[in-house]
Order: sequence, then C-alpha cells, then structure tokens
Amino acid sequence: MSDRGKRAPLVVGIGNRFRRDDGVGPWVAEALLGAGLDARVHAGDGTGLLDLFESHDDIVLVDATKSGAAPGRLVALDAGLAPLCADMFHYSTHRFGLAEAVETARALGGLPRRLRVYGIEGRDFGAGIGLTDSVERAARALVEALSVEDPGGDRGRGMSHGADRAMVHGDADAQK
Amino acid sequence: MTERIIQVDALARVEGEGALYVRLRGREVEKVEFRIFEPPRFFEAFLRGRDALETPDITSRICGICPIAYIMSACQGVENALGIAVSPEIDALRRLIYCGEWIQSNTLHAVLLHAPDFLGLDDAIQIAQSNPDLVRTGLRLKKIGNSVMECIGGRAVHPVNTRVGGFYRAPDREAVRALVPELEWGAQAARDLALAFARFEFPDDEFDYTFVSLIHPDRYPILEGRIGSSRGLDIAVEEFERHFVEEHVARSTALHGRMRDGSAYLVGPLARFANNFDRLTPDCQATAREAGLGPVVRNPFKSILVRLIEVQYACEEAARLARAYVPPDPAFVAAPARAGVGHGCTEAPRGICYHSYRLDGEGRIEHARIVPPTSQNQPQIEADLARVVADNLDLADTDLKWRCEQTIRNYDPCISCSTHFLKLTVDRV
Repeated sequence: MSDRGKRAPLVVGIGNRFRRDDGVGPWVAEALLGAGLDARVHAGDGTGLLDLFESHDDIVLVDATKSGAAPGRLVALDAGLAPLCADMFHYSTHRFGLAEAVETARALGGLPRRLRVYGIEGRDFGAGIGLTDSVERAARALVEALSVEDPGGDRGRGMSHGADRAMVHGDADAQK
Repeated sequence: MTERIIQVDALARVEGEGALYVRLRGREVEKVEFRIFEPPRFFEAFLRGRDALETPDITSRICGICPIAYIMSACQGVENALGIAVSPEIDALRRLIYCGEWIQSNTLHAVLLHAPDFLGLDDAIQIAQSNPDLVRTGLRLKKIGNSVMECIGGRAVHPVNTRVGGFYRAPDREAVRALVPELEWGAQAARDLALAFARFEFPDDEFDYTFVSLIHPDRYPILEGRIGSSRGLDIAVEEFERHFVEEHVARSTALHGRMRDGSAYLVGPLARFANNFDRLTPDCQATAREAGLGPVVRNPFKSILVRLIEVQYACEEAARLARAYVPPDPAFVAAPARAGVGHGCTEAPRGICYHSYRLDGEGRIEHARIVPPTSQNQPQIEADLARVVADNLDLADTDLKWRCEQTIRNYDPCISCSTHFLKLTVDRV
C-alpha cells in the first residue's frame, strides 16, 4: 500500500542483529517503533528496498558502516545529492545491499522525494547479539534525534531536522 | 619456469565471504583452492535438545534467500520421523510457496548478479543505467516470487506460516487466485529473458558432469522424488548418507561434499534440467530449444539460461496451482511425539538440500544433519576453475580473474548457507 503523501519519514533499519554491531540499524528501528514512529526492520536482499522507494516519499535508512573510522561515528548522507559508496556499508546479501539498491533506484529514476542515510560505524561484526558500547551510544543519540524530528509519531512531522544535527561526528567527505 | 599469481580479494555478486587462490607454474595449474572463511554456523549442534517442531523455524534462519528450502526439508525430515503424511492440498500449497522461492532466487541471480558477467558490466547498477527495462523486468519478476511467499508464508524472508505437518493457517482462496495474472506475465517475461540472454557470447566450455538431483516420474521435482544421477544412481532419500560423504578441508569452514568414491558431482539447475527435462512443460521445453539448448546442458556458463527456464516453469506451475487451489482443511496434520529417525530432501534453487533428524521419545532432537547444496558443489566448483584456468592461460591476469569469478557465479553459491566464501588469488609461479 502506498504511503506517498505522508509527511513523516519512514525509518528503515538494515542489518543483522545476530552479527553484533551490524544490528545497529534494526536496533534504531525497533527503538523508534516502540516510541510510536513509523519504522521497520528490513531483512533480505536490497531489492526489497526498491519497493519501499516506490511507496514512500520520505525515507530514512539506518545501517552499520565499516569504513575504518572510529567506532560509533555517525555519518548523515543525503542520497539525493550524491551517489553512495558501496564499500562503506557492511550489510550485503548476495552483494546487493543498501548502496546497490539506492544506486539502482537512482538509475531507474525511482528514488523517493527525500532519502537520507545514516551510517553508524561498527566495531564488532562477529557472531553474537548486542551492540558494542560506542555503537549503542551513537544509536541512542540517533534515536533521540529522529524522535525530536517526529515527536509522538504522527505529530509534529517535518518540524525540524534533529537527526541531521545529530551528525556530531559526521564526515563531510563521506559523501564523496 | 614462470610463477603466475592472480588474486581476487573479495568476489562480488555472491552471498557470503571467502577467497579463491590459484597458483600456476608455467602453463601448469599447480593449485586451485576455494577458501571459505565465513564463520561456522553450528546449526546441527544447537538443534540438539530442541523440540522437533521448532526445526523448520530454526533452520529457516540458515538463509535469507532460500528459507523455504530449509523449512521444507526440515518438515519432511521431522514428518518422516513422526510418521506424518500430509494431504494433497498441503502438498500443493507447499509446492506453490516453493515456486515463489525459485522465482525470486533464480531471478535475483540470473538478472541482477550473473547477467553483468555476460554484458561486460560490473553490477546491476550499470545494467540499470544502460538497460533500465531489463532491470525493471527482473525486479518485477523477483517481486512476484516474493508476493507468492508473502501470501502463503506471511512474509517473504523467513516465512512464519509454515510448520511441521503443513501450515498454521490456510491462506484465503481469493488471495491465492489473485496471484495468477502476475504469474502468467512472469512466465512470458522469463521466457523472453531466456531467449534474449541466449544471444550472449558464452565461453566455450563443457564438462561431462555427474548431475545429481531429485528425479520424479511425473513432476519436475521440487519437493518430491528419489535421488538420482546422470550416471544411473537411483536411491531413496533415506539412502543419501550411504552414497554421499562430506569431508573437512583446512581451507574451508564448509564441508566438501563428494560421492562415496571420492568423485565430485553437481547439484542445481543444470542437474535438475538434465535429469528431468521430460517433466518440464511443453512451453518450457520450447523455450529451451529456441534458446539453443538440448535436453542436457554441459556448458556451465549456460546455467543462466536454465535458471530462467526454471523461472518460467515455476511461474507456470505456480499459476496452475493457484488456479486449482483448495484451502487445506485441516491446515496441518499433527502427530504425537515418538522416537524415530527421519529424512528429507528438497530442491533448493541451488540444488538438493538434505536433512536428517533422530528424535527421542519426547520429540526432542538427538542428532541433526544438514547438507546444503553449495557444500556439495564446492569440489565441482574447484574442478571447473582448474579446467577453466588451464583452458585460458593466455588470458591476461585481469581477464582470467574475471573468467574465474564468472565460473564461480555459474553456481550461484550461497556461502552463508554452506558456511562454509570469496577472495581470489592466482599465483603464476
């Protein structure tokens, strides 16, 4: 069902919660869902994201990054402005992950009106449950920022860009 | 003597993590190793002590691409141990949801991951830039498979409506029949793709494989049949372990599957096709002929065509099953716990997926054995690589590396399932 026209962003957490910090995307999505916001966990390969892009105007993707930066570093990317770097994102099923889905959609002219990507640098991608401390702190900060952006779920939509302000350790070069 | 080393550190467009090492001394292929370093999964071990009814849901987690294969082989194994026989309606509904998995998995690989090899492109993004309609068709086809899985299983990844004995709830007749128009479009789209891809330039390579698959006298096998080979093997599923072995090799966290005589064999689309061509529908056989394929395909690079013919078949079969759908009542068959041993084997998109379970008197699992298709194909993949490298020594390192990766992708290896994949190193000594 299309949710085009809704003003609140859909937050999509991507990753595998059974691979420690790779689970930061699902961790953020579930925390926001618990707070009544429009959020979901994306499992499976990246092609499923393309369907979401068709049905929502404003999407926030949250994923773990593996770029060599300090664990817990949060980067905010506006996918509408520049291509994503596939090597940055750890998650991939059959090597068709977040970046591949976004860039395929861009080539097909199928990006949502607004598409933001938040990446949190992971430290431990081994088997196991639970985020490492620095990653969990960054995840909590992002949840808080996204909640401020959309307090109370359907109320106060579009009133601020709190999550963008949460890019406390953001790296402007990350979009290059 | 010149040593030649070619290295690929991370093979793209496959699932999981691993590496390939090739060392050449002059024109001699000295070593080909498929090194898989994906962490071990331990599923067989942590199933021990669990209620057998949990087995489908637990083993489903082995793979996000082919969960139905694990669910169905697990159900068969436990049902076999408990003496459960499912109704024809449940069997038909299982075949229908399995068709969904074949459609989405084979389409993902053939169109988005394998086709770039033949188009000289790096990935699906470049196809989307140069031929957006091809990618749109592939995505629509894949979505059809997902829709079938969602309609019957509740969701496309790790479905939740499947259980030992059948389904928790029979889907509504109207919802299932609503799948038919898109499935009919999908059958035609898959045929068109197969015929278009038949114009690719395929490497000149053939091998006399031992094709192993389920074989059924009446149906193109998905959930049914005996295990057979192109060399005359014909055994019941419960005899699998008498004829096939797995061995540990230091370079791989995945076991290597072999025939008991030590020889390699091939499972997957090429094997199903060769062993069951007569059970394909006339329309699928016609597509094969028009694509230039005989009833046996020995060129592994043409597996992309066979995969698409199987997508056509799965769409046709799913449409037939959806039109004839009668909700099973009851939705599942229950049986009291009892001690016993059971075996299951179904055709995952990548080949046969064998499970066996030994249960105690309270229905708990005492022993589990799971043999995924990619484990079985590993020795044959290495043999293919050695042959392809030996036949293409005059290629520049970059081109040889590309050919090696293409060779591996012929198998759509699912490394996480087998845990048993990829960095490529070629040493020319």
